[in-house]
Amino acid sequence: MSAAPAEVDLPRSADKPVSDRPWVTIVWNDPVNLMSYVTYVFQHVFGYPKKKATKLMLDVHHKGRAVVAAGAREAMEHNVEILHGYGLWATVRHDK
Amino acid sequence: MEPFRSVRGGGARASLAPAEASLLRNLVGQIMELIDPLDTEPKDSDPDDTLAALEAMLHEPGSAEAPEDPVLARLLPDGYRDDPEAAGEFRKYTEPALRSAKQQAARQLLDTLPETGGRIQLTAEQALAWLKALNDVRLALGVRLGVTEEFEEQWGRLKPNDPQWTAYEVYAWLGAVQESLVQALS
Repeated sequence: MSAAPAEVDLPRSADKPVSDRPWVTIVWNDPVNLMSYVTYVFQHVFGYPKKKATKLMLDVHHKGRAVVAAGAREAMEHNVEILHGYGLWATVRHDK
Repeated sequence: MEPFRSVRGGGARASLAPAEASLLRNLVGQIMELIDPLDTEPKDSDPDDTLAALEAMLHEPGSAEAPEDPVLARLLPDGYRDDPEAAGEFRKYTEPALRSAKQQAARQLLDTLPETGGRIQLTAEQALAWLKALNDVRLALGVRLGVTEEFEEQWGRLKPNDPQWTAYEVYAWLGAVQESLVQALS
C-alpha cells in the first residue's frame, strides 16, 4: 500500500506541542475475527512483514487492542475505513 | 468440502458440496439484504437519471447515527470510540461507501460460487472478496449467537437438539472455510 504509516513506536514526551501529537489507528480485540485473518489483513493493508503483523495481532488478542499505525488524521481515518471493509474493529484516536 | 488451496500465480481453489454452496449462498444473500446501500440513498433522486443517482450515492452523506441492530452496528462500526461527534461525522461520510464495498464483496462471492456447488476457482482479487464476505457472515452470526473467545466451550455446552446447535456448527464451518482461504493466500 502506498499510504505506509509512520513507525508506531513513536517517542512520547510530555512537553510536546499539541500539533505534534500524532493520530493513531487502533484495532480492538473481538471474539470472531480469526487470528490468521487479522495477521493477513495487517500484512496486506499496511504492507507489514509477517513478524510485525503477527506481533500486532497478538497485542490485539492479549491486550485487547493495539496501535497499528500513526500519522495524519486523514490517513488514520482512511486506514479505519479500509479496516472496517475487512470487518476489523478499528478506531481513530488523537494520541496523548 | 475440499478446503482452499493456493494456486500458482495467486488466487485459490476449493470445492463445496451442493448443500454447502446453497447454505453459503443463502447466508451471503442475507448479509446483502441487511446492509442494502439503497437504504441510504436520498429519496428525491430521479431513478431514471443513473448518473445523478450514482453521484448522489457517492457524495450524499449517510446517517450520523450508529445502527440499532447489533449486527449492523458490528458490520458498520464507529470510527471513533469516545467522541460521539467525530464518530457521527466519520459515519456520515464513510458509511455509504462501506455499505457499497461490503455489498460488492458479497456480490463477487455469489458470482464465483457455482449454483450447485463443485469446483471454485478464484483469482487473487476474488479471493480477497471471499475473505471479506465470509468474515461479514461470521461477524453477523457471531453477534447473533453471542460467541466469545470460548466458542468451543459454548458450543460444547449445547445439547445437539438445541435450536442454536446448527448455527454453531455453521459458524464453525465458516471459520474453517475462511481459515483455509487465509492459509492458501498466505
